[in-house]
Amino acid sequence: MTEAADSIDFVQLLDQAGRRVEHPTFAYAGTDADIAARLRDMILARRIDSEATALQRKGELGLWPPMLGQEAAQIGSARASRMPDELIPSYREHGVAWCAGIDPIDLLSTFRGTSMTYWPSRPKNFHLYSFVIGSQTLHAVGMAMGMQRDGLVGNEDPDANGAAVVYFGDGATSQGDVNEAFIFAASYAAPVVFFCQNNQYAISEPIALQSRIPLYRRAAGFGFPGVRVDGNDVLAVEAVTAWALDHARAGKGPVLVEAYTYRMGAHTTSDDPTKYRRAEEEAEWRAKDPIERVKTYLLNAGAIDQAWLDGVAAESEALAERLRAGCVELPEPKLEDSWRQVYANTPDLLEKQRTDYLAYEASFEVN
Amino acid sequence: MNLTMTKALNAGLRRALGADPKVLLAGEDIGKLGGVFRVTEGLQAEFGPDRVVDSPLAEAGIVGTAVGLAMRGYRPVVEIQFDGFVYPAFDQIVSQVSRIRFRSGGQFGVPLVVRIPYGGGIGAIEHHSESPEAYFAHTPGLKVVTCSNPLDAYWMIQQAIADDDPVIFFEPKRRYHEKGEVDTDAADAPMSLYQARVVKPGTDATLIAYGPMVRTCVEAAIAADKEGRNLEVVDLRSLSPLDDATILASVRRTGRAIVVHEAVGTLGMGAEIAARIQAECFFELQAPVLRVTGYDLPYPPSRTEDGYLPDLDRVLDAVDRSLAY
Repeated sequence: MTEAADSIDFVQLLDQAGRRVEHPTFAYAGTDADIAARLRDMILARRIDSEATALQRKGELGLWPPMLGQEAAQIGSARASRMPDELIPSYREHGVAWCAGIDPIDLLSTFRGTSMTYWPSRPKNFHLYSFVIGSQTLHAVGMAMGMQRDGLVGNEDPDANGAAVVYFGDGATSQGDVNEAFIFAASYAAPVVFFCQNNQYAISEPIALQSRIPLYRRAAGFGFPGVRVDGNDVLAVEAVTAWALDHARAGKGPVLVEAYTYRMGAHTTSDDPTKYRRAEEEAEWRAKDPIERVKTYLLNAGAIDQAWLDGVAAESEALAERLRAGCVELPEPKLEDSWRQVYANTPDLLEKQRTDYLAYEASFEVN
Repeated sequence: MNLTMTKALNAGLRRALGADPKVLLAGEDIGKLGGVFRVTEGLQAEFGPDRVVDSPLAEAGIVGTAVGLAMRGYRPVVEIQFDGFVYPAFDQIVSQVSRIRFRSGGQFGVPLVVRIPYGGGIGAIEHHSESPEAYFAHTPGLKVVTCSNPLDAYWMIQQAIADDDPVIFFEPKRRYHEKGEVDTDAADAPMSLYQARVVKPGTDATLIAYGPMVRTCVEAAIAADKEGRNLEVVDLRSLSPLDDATILASVRRTGRAIVVHEAVGTLGMGAEIAARIQAECFFELQAPVLRVTGYDLPYPPSRTEDGYLPDLDRVLDAVDRSLAY
């Protein structure tokens, strides 16, 4: 793994039956208590996701992109990061947002249409959801370049170092922006972890349409390491991401992590996956569920019991209840606020439009 | 047949694919899925994956490869999934597609069609409600058209495909599910692709609109009729080239013009049309040309879009102002 262009195929540390697996290079550094914490994260993130999907079905959200099935990829990678790392999401990173401490009601505001991406609970190191596929990967490289200049890379004290983790999907790897991001990051040895969640589909299009080689092997062509990890194994994802982050923070350049997973739900609530994939395939992946295997492992290890699970279940129901109430209570946006959010100093034309708009709206008011 | 706009486009594409073996379709999710709006539904099953092609997720690639196919004599019709996703392909469209004919000294062009579902009013998230037509109408070498109803959709897509120059074809997604009569057995299109249509004749003022706003203006005109105001509505259909003759003739009759579009007002189609009208109809005008447009904002959160989009009230408010002169 010292060679720049090494490729590592399929790291797994917990199999789908919930048994720990030895790997020659990677090991999970945490305790069973840590694993239980990851399980709790995954259960709660899944509940946020299922509640948001239900809210869309009830007409409370315009749209929702479900994360179902990708909990391990998101929780494992997010929990491997720490300040001053930067987290740059795409638009399905609800689990990463959860780990970053974002109030899930803030996420709902974007999909309810009450805000763009104005999330009051958003920490500065978690960036705006990005809907233009792949565009955020270049921004991540730029942030990493800034971190290099800010003295956050390659320090002797590893705790002083940081890196950027950017999330994107298998479909995004076809975009020019993503390929340019790979080139820039490699050229400057920028501290970036390219975290690709290969969930097998870009809406209806299977991965074979985007890539004829495993995605992680593309990194070799750009001159940096690529690792494929079982994206449904939270232990392996966390271990591999932690390694990749250390590599980047130390100044050794970018890493591509391909989290091999499956989008169990639709692309968004507007999509109908039965049009393009088989039920058998979905069943195969259901058996690889990221949550069940951890539950099995922890129960077998005696680290948790049914009472613990009942506690988390109660917690997740309370969270769902909070989402239901919070969603409909989200403040309605006012168009007049928009004019003052376009520029730092609002030009006269926009001020005049705003004034005219308010006068026009007032003309409808009945005295 | 009574068809929705999506079914009319589907029928038009099917007829074009059947009529010319050089026509092919490409885009994200257009094959097996039939497109996210189902405009291409069933076409891959009927014409095969070589003629209805699912593209990798890369808009610049979709348009750039279409240029090469067009250079080999094909007539590609590419789909950009949503208005806000055309920008990765903007370089290919503006720097390549538009000027191949010019660069070749007029020897050859690239007869391709770029289909773009556009506009707001559907409660969508960011980048899914934009009206970027002016960028393309600003670019010499491109033709830009937009349909407002199923009958036009059916014919205009076929006419765009038959054109020897590149056509940017905007489809108003909020009108996708509105129905209209379409005679799919008729031999020929009822009018030229580049001709505007007087949708409703009138005498007091001219409403000039296109795409999603045509219906809004017709509804405004019907409401105005009840108040004794007789408005004419012109559906531009083609934004580049503009059918000056139809626009100017209408304004000469009514003496008043109001241009209506969803796109941002500044440097939008309304600015160009107003300039042409004042230059050609200065003495016939009874009032300045007015515009009812989207505001100078990025498309706002969907819960505020009703205030952002021109509607019947805003159109009639402008009519009042015009008639007050």
